[in-house]
Amino acid sequence: MVKGQNNKILTLVGKDVLTEARTRDVLTTVFIFALLTVLVFSFAMEPKAETTVMVAPGMLWVAFTFAGVLGFARSFIQEKEHACLDGLMLCPVEREALYWGKLIGNLIFMLVVEAIILPVFFILLNLPFSFLPGVALIVLLTTLGFVSVGTLFSAMAVNTRARDIMLPILFLPVVVPILIAAVQSTGGILKGSDWNEMLSWVEMILAFDVIFMVVSSFLFRFVVEG
Amino acid sequence: MRKGYSWDNVLFAASFFLLAAGLYLVFMWVPTSATSLEGIAQRIFYFHVPLWWVAFLGYLVTFVGSVTYLAKGTDKWDNLAFCAAEIGSVFVTIGLVTGVIWAKPAWDIWWTWDPRLTTALVLWFIYIGYFLVRAYAPPSQARNFASVISIIGTLDSFIVFMAIRWWRTQHPAPLIGTEGGLDPSMLFTFLFNLAAFTVFFILLMRVRTTLKATQDEVIRLSQRDD
Repeated sequence: MVKGQNNKILTLVGKDVLTEARTRDVLTTVFIFALLTVLVFSFAMEPKAETTVMVAPGMLWVAFTFAGVLGFARSFIQEKEHACLDGLMLCPVEREALYWGKLIGNLIFMLVVEAIILPVFFILLNLPFSFLPGVALIVLLTTLGFVSVGTLFSAMAVNTRARDIMLPILFLPVVVPILIAAVQSTGGILKGSDWNEMLSWVEMILAFDVIFMVVSSFLFRFVVEG
Repeated sequence: MRKGYSWDNVLFAASFFLLAAGLYLVFMWVPTSATSLEGIAQRIFYFHVPLWWVAFLGYLVTFVGSVTYLAKGTDKWDNLAFCAAEIGSVFVTIGLVTGVIWAKPAWDIWWTWDPRLTTALVLWFIYIGYFLVRAYAPPSQARNFASVISIIGTLDSFIVFMAIRWWRTQHPAPLIGTEGGLDPSMLFTFLFNLAAFTVFFILLMRVRTTLKATQDEVIRLSQRDD
C-alpha cells in the first residue's frame, strides 16, 4: 500500500474515533448491551462451579456476537443520518481505503468494549485469570473476522428498509464457522487443553479473517456505489 | 408467439414423463435396499440426492451469475442469478424436509449438527438474506447487494463445511463408486431420477427467467409513463 493511502485510512479512522470520543454513542450502548447479555445468560443458564467451563465460551461469544451486530449497525447509521456517507463518497478516496478506515474504526470500538467485558466476565463467572491472555488472543483474532464481514454488511444493511433487522439476518449465518472455531478454542483454553489441540481452530479463525478481509475490501465498492 | 416457446413445451413434456417414470421406478420397480436399516424410507434417497443436486446446481448458477454481473454490470446475469437462487432455495427447503423425514427412521433423530446438514441450513439462511436484501434495498442497489451476498455466502459455505467436519460428522458417506455399494437397479433408478430432476431444473430456469424478463419489462414500461 502506498503511503498516501495509509494517510487516508488513518484520517478516516481518526474521524470515527473523534466522533466516538465526543458522542460515545457506540461504546456505551454496546458495552451495556454486552454486559446485559452476559447477565441474562447467567440467569438463563445458572452456571454452577462444575458447569461454568461448559457454558462460559458460549455465553461469551453470544454476547460478543450480538454486541458486534449492534456496534456495526451504529457505526453506519451515524454516517447515514448526517449524510456523511455521501460526503465520504465524494472524497477523493479509493473505496478500499473507505472500507479499511471503517474496518479499523469498528475494530477499535469492538476491542475497547471487549477489553472491558472480558475481565468482568472472568470475575462474574469465577474463571481463573491465568486463562485471560489466551482467551484475549482468540477474542482479538475472531473480532478481526467479525469486523471484516460486519463492516461490509452494515454498509449494505444501512441502505435497506428494516435496516435494524437486516444486519443480523445477513451477519449471523456468515459468521457461523468462525463462531464455532472461537467457541471451541475458548473452551479448549478454559479446560486447560494444549495449544496444539486448538491449532486447527485458530488456523480456521485466521483463514476466515484473511479470506473475508480480502474479499470484502474488494466487494465494498459494489455496496457503496450505485 | 415468443421465441423458444416450443422448446419450453418439449422440456415440459420431457420433465413430466421423466418425473412420472421416476416415480414408477422408485415405488414399483426398484427393490428396497436389503442392507439399509431404515427399510422402505431408504427410497427417499432417490429424491433426496437429486433434490440436492438441483439445489446446488441452482446456487452454482447464482454464484457464477453474481460474479459475472458484478464484472460486467449487465442485468441479464443478475436475473439469471436471481432465478437460480429462487429455484435453488425451493429445492434446498424440500431437501431439508426430506432429509429430516429420512433421518428419523435411519438415525432415530430428526436433526443433527453434521457438516452437510449444517452447511445446507446456513446456506438456506444466507439465501433468505439474499431475497430479503433484494426486496428491501433501493432498486438501484438491490442487484449489487444480492450479488455480494451470493459471493460471500458461497465462500462461507466451504468454511462452514470445514468447521463442522472438524466439529462432528454423521451424514452417510457417498456410496456411489465404492465397491458393492449400490445394486445396478438402484443405481439405474438413482441416475434416472438425477436426469429427470436436471431436465426439470432446466425447465424451471427457462420459465422463471422468461417471467423475470417480463416482470422487468412491465416495470420499465410503467416507469416510462410517469
